[in-house]
Amino acid sequence: MLSRLQRYGRSLVCFWSTSLEAELEYQLNLAVELLSVLGNLAGSLLVLSLLAGPSRQLGGWSWNSALVVLGVYTLLDGFTSCVLQPNLSRIVSHVQNGTLDFVLLKPIDSQFWLSTRSFSPWGLPGMVAGLVLMGWGVAHGDHQPTAEALLIAALLLLSGALILYSLWFLLAGLSIWFVKIWNATEVLRYTLVAGRYPITAYPPGLRVLFTVVLPVVFLTTVPAEALLGRASVQWVAGSLATATLSLIGTRAFWQVALRHYTSASS
Amino acid sequence: MHAIRSALKRSSILRGGRIARALLSSQYAYMLEYRAEIALWALSGVLPLIMLAVWQGSPGAAATGLSAQGLTRYFLAAFVVRQFSVVWLIYVFEEDTLQGKLSPQLLQPLQPLWRYLAAHVAEQFTRLPFVALMLLALALFQPGMLWWPTPSQLVLAVLAIQLAFILRFLLQSVVAMLCFWSERAGALDRLLLIPYLFLSGLVAPLESYPAPIHAFAQWTPFPSMLAFPAALLAGEPVEISLGFLRLGLWCGLLWPLVVVLWRAGIRRYSAMGA
Repeated sequence: MLSRLQRYGRSLVCFWSTSLEAELEYQLNLAVELLSVLGNLAGSLLVLSLLAGPSRQLGGWSWNSALVVLGVYTLLDGFTSCVLQPNLSRIVSHVQNGTLDFVLLKPIDSQFWLSTRSFSPWGLPGMVAGLVLMGWGVAHGDHQPTAEALLIAALLLLSGALILYSLWFLLAGLSIWFVKIWNATEVLRYTLVAGRYPITAYPPGLRVLFTVVLPVVFLTTVPAEALLGRASVQWVAGSLATATLSLIGTRAFWQVALRHYTSASS
Repeated sequence: MHAIRSALKRSSILRGGRIARALLSSQYAYMLEYRAEIALWALSGVLPLIMLAVWQGSPGAAATGLSAQGLTRYFLAAFVVRQFSVVWLIYVFEEDTLQGKLSPQLLQPLQPLWRYLAAHVAEQFTRLPFVALMLLALALFQPGMLWWPTPSQLVLAVLAIQLAFILRFLLQSVVAMLCFWSERAGALDRLLLIPYLFLSGLVAPLESYPAPIHAFAQWTPFPSMLAFPAALLAGEPVEISLGFLRLGLWCGLLWPLVVVLWRAGIRRYSAMGA
């Protein structure tokens, strides 16, 4: 077991260092990414201030606590650009071109390979911006977080990231059946924008939708609440349970999908 | 002499018509094959509806004096406009230049951009039933949310949407031409998306912006791409001739730019992968 873990760890280091080397060929991208992060941040803050209006609050959340939600969103968006998008959006072309065959032949778990093969450093500015925004919002809030609250928030962020990964993997894996859902994963990017605002900013019907169907609430609102020291046992348990279930779900889903995989042009 | 020239002109129009029909019908068949994907794409256009939900309950909407009905109609109209002005040219063009797929197209006696344009138009037709279904679902869910624009509003709005689509297509063409110089021109699309997101009126009605930003936005092509057609469709009072003038001017500005860039770029094109 331990040697297996070591082998996967070594593979991961190898994967990411080679993709870093390849990506650093395109240094102009850094300028583009920095500009895009700054532009996005300015735009999001402007729209948030419009929504909050003169009362400076949205859905019962004060300006500073809404900033924490926006920060968590930005952080997860950066994580998406770093890891999820470069890897999972490629599954579609693997299926379409038949190169998934080569992946399946490798002596390594295919889900692991497909999910971790690439790493794009261009999401890092977004992640930093998200962390800064979260720090700003918490520091200017009413009370300082305890070490315990920080720990819980980190755990919830991790579980949010895992839920996000599962959603992406599920949608990308559907290409086994539909072959060309080119960039179907972009759909997620556009609907998850809902996570920019606290869940209470939405009407009750949508709150249910964003909790049960598309668990946006666990991605941003729940970790933000924990950071602000307002974590409740139900939501923490709900987030952890959803993360565990969705991870098990992707595993089962991938096994079913592979059984239906018939390779290209056959 | 005159008769010959007019006969030639007629035959070239006929030829253009035949090419257009062949392109559109083949692209439409191709798009129908991928209708599952297009349904998903249509679903990804829900951003204006999400923003509508946030705006409805926000204190900011009341402060700017937007009426609930005006807000609903504006965002629903923005949803429709967005659905029929989707352009993804950069992604395909980047791939086609990188993989040398552009080469066979260059051998044909037809400017390749027309083929991409036909693909976009065909996709709009494929998308039509899905958008209708989504609107129907909204109508069932919340009756009274939808409205019938008057025939003249509808005609003007459809015209404005089509012009907005052409404007977006031209703007993306300019960036796509940079694929001839850079391998990663697609990354520039991310930059283009930001002003489109925040200055076009997609996430907030432009009237709610602070006056300087509102005035600045009017000098960019982005409000013409969404806010103007959406306001027309929603039946808001807008300066119709000014809006169309802006659309026409921006298209007239970008069109020659695309032509110049294409001519310069095609000389640099080395048909990678060939």
